[in-house]
Amino acid sequence: MITLSPLRWGKPYESLEHHDVVHFDTGEPIAKIGNVGGGIVGRDMKQAHKARQALLQFSTDDLIEKCKRAAVLFESADLTVGDSVQSVDDFVHQQSASTGLPEHMCRGNMSKNSFVLSNMDQILECLTRGLDLSILSKGFGDEGRGVTVSYQAQTPVLGAILPNNSPGVHTLWLPAIPLQIGLALKPGSQEPWTPYRMVSAFIEAGVPATAFGLYPGGHDAGGAIMTKAPRSMIFGSAQTVAQHEGNPRVQAHGPGWSKIIIGDDVVDDWEDYLDVMVESVLSNSGRSCINCSGIWASRHTREIAAAIADRIGPVDVLPPGDPDAALAAFTVPAMATGTWGMVQQDLAESGVEDMTASFGEKLIERDHCAYLRPMVVHANSPDRAVAMKEYMFPFVSVVECSQAETLRRIGPTLVGTVLTADQQLIDAAGMCVDIDRLNIGPIPTNRLDWLQPHEGNIIEFLFRSRAYQMAEMPVATA
Amino acid sequence: MANVISDDVSKQSSAALDGLNEHTLKTVHWHFSDETGSPFWLEKKSSLNFDPLTDVKSFEDLKKFPEFEDEWLRGGPVDRWVPKGHAGKPVYVFETGGTTGIPKSRMVIEDHWKDYELFSDTLPDEHFPKGANWLMLGPSGPRRLRLAVEHLAQHRGGMCFCIDLDPRWVVKLIKKGWMEHLEEYKKHCIDQAVTVLTAGHDVQCMFATPKLLESLGEALEDKGTSLQEVGIKGIFSGGTEFTPQWTRFCVEEMLGGPVEEGGIYMTPTYGNTLMGLACSKPVTPADNYKISYYAPQPRAVTEVVKFDDYNQVVGYGETGRVKLYTLTDEFFVPGFMERDEGEREAPFEMYPWDGVSGVRPFHEIATATTVGVY
Repeated sequence: MITLSPLRWGKPYESLEHHDVVHFDTGEPIAKIGNVGGGIVGRDMKQAHKARQALLQFSTDDLIEKCKRAAVLFESADLTVGDSVQSVDDFVHQQSASTGLPEHMCRGNMSKNSFVLSNMDQILECLTRGLDLSILSKGFGDEGRGVTVSYQAQTPVLGAILPNNSPGVHTLWLPAIPLQIGLALKPGSQEPWTPYRMVSAFIEAGVPATAFGLYPGGHDAGGAIMTKAPRSMIFGSAQTVAQHEGNPRVQAHGPGWSKIIIGDDVVDDWEDYLDVMVESVLSNSGRSCINCSGIWASRHTREIAAAIADRIGPVDVLPPGDPDAALAAFTVPAMATGTWGMVQQDLAESGVEDMTASFGEKLIERDHCAYLRPMVVHANSPDRAVAMKEYMFPFVSVVECSQAETLRRIGPTLVGTVLTADQQLIDAAGMCVDIDRLNIGPIPTNRLDWLQPHEGNIIEFLFRSRAYQMAEMPVATA
Repeated sequence: MANVISDDVSKQSSAALDGLNEHTLKTVHWHFSDETGSPFWLEKKSSLNFDPLTDVKSFEDLKKFPEFEDEWLRGGPVDRWVPKGHAGKPVYVFETGGTTGIPKSRMVIEDHWKDYELFSDTLPDEHFPKGANWLMLGPSGPRRLRLAVEHLAQHRGGMCFCIDLDPRWVVKLIKKGWMEHLEEYKKHCIDQAVTVLTAGHDVQCMFATPKLLESLGEALEDKGTSLQEVGIKGIFSGGTEFTPQWTRFCVEEMLGGPVEEGGIYMTPTYGNTLMGLACSKPVTPADNYKISYYAPQPRAVTEVVKFDDYNQVVGYGETGRVKLYTLTDEFFVPGFMERDEGEREAPFEMYPWDGVSGVRPFHEIATATTVGVY
């Protein structure tokens, strides 16, 4: 069994307190993780400036090259992780075993993380709109227009409270390293694999170990990171997001309520977009904030719902190693039963119809885990509560709503795919502040262009644009 | 080896059990005699299927009683708990819980003084100098702990400086998710402590909960000083969950090493309003900072019992739920299931009776427990 120890600015720390990571289906322990409390995090955060100092010893170009090397190592090498050597297959088995994600999805998330690392130069170029990155290192510079620009780092390290069940989100903190900002990460208790392997790949690629803190632990450790790091990101529920709303120190990521909106001009040809809709709902077992939870159209909504149901309704539980497995397990069975209870409440409302009802039982309970099989529901109006719901399995509401009303009613939408050629609707969607990432045309909601910012630009989060004026000092007279 | 009990300890243990049996008999007679018992227990007697006055002959016989339900402590009149034998004496009322709804109340006359006088005997004078002043960095309000620590300071010839800390507000802040307010309230409490410690009051000893001690150490460091520099020599800590890992962090990183190196002695304690205070076997790095608590027998007893049979103790080193007994002439608790679990520890010379180590929230209710700044 692999043992993962906390990492205190590159130095492993042997904790006296451990928790076991267990196999989702058998309950067998597969890893032992040492925990730390908030006190240790607090003490380490006093030394956070050393993480940035260590990174400032390298140019951003150097660090970008190291990211590219780390991408290759992460995706293909045997790496020392904790007290063991971990192959790619080990990583995939371990991650699948603790998160319940099918192995091919773990490989998919691995590729996604690796892709972001290996394209870091382009990503940073786009996020900074071509800024000479040495200006971020130095704090000021000239872009070539004869005007001084200044970007001041707001923190020596980026803190992150990482999720348990979504190995895809790690792409969001990766840019910190080439931006010469250290990392203080609290790995998810069931998904320590990505942060540990990623940090190992970074170090192996030549990034100084001093730049990394890994602090597995309880709320106490997470709370200390959030309190002490001047900038941190957290992944959680809608409640978590609400709790941190308006706090400039925290970037909170929660449910996405991503949607597909079908314009009146193309809705009669809805079948042309069925693949886009199915992929948006089903990919990554519907777990991501970028999965589609709502499809809005003014007509044909029952037919659309029935067609999606025909495609995803038969999807059943398969072993995690099966390349066709499309469903992830709920590793905490109570989450599945609780979710099922909420879905049943949604279905009880008049005007809501389960279009997948004929495809058998939805809640599959096992000894140590549970599954929820895909569901498509039809809502005859945006007034139905289910129109605004998002769950952690492939679940979508197909909502009947007039085009004129749609953009006023959709609510927060992380990714909005608008299927239309109607310029008026395109313009209105562009102005709709409820939509964060806007896709015009048949782009599945789960397909992100990493060259564009995601839920806020990390550059703006970590750096502040400010004035920096200079004048020659008069020469002292003898 | 914790599980091997020497002949000497066996003899001591046997003598301690004799003492406990005798003390149990005396206590039960006091609480169930019409002349001395409390209205609560005298009324309860009629619903029992045995007569405590004739059928309880040993500590083991306390298992005949139904489990003590702490819900009985909610609401009044609280004087139904006052034994008639103590009628007319001044009575304290201490509360526990109460963030929402009616708190649980326990009446006390002098138990908290006696418990802490006994505890005082376990404190090394070298690190808790007689005559030194104390800081009580814990909950204020209707709490037994606050007055008990003050009495401890006075008993040892010093005075006790206290802070204002409302733990009910802390729990509310956590439940509301007002984490910034929680942080500010913690700062407010720590500011009070720093003020006391830096105002020339010759404070050398203190009580603190683990989290507050951590915050205090950090605040002093931020001011460029330390617990050592402000004159602290001895700390007893408790009130919330106390782990070997936290103890190690505290000793190695906050206090500058074991007492011989860092100069501050820190001892964990375990207790509550019902029982009083259990002391810890000395904690050492060689033993991986293992914390084993021993109740102040015969006034209080802890057992580690099976999860499926609360009348059966587990074997030494085995895990079970913590069961408490309080056997004083003020308060009688014939077996209360604590919200903690741990491992049963063997007797040793200093405490020749069972102890409990690895105390942590009982796994079945752990998720519902809120542990705040205090």
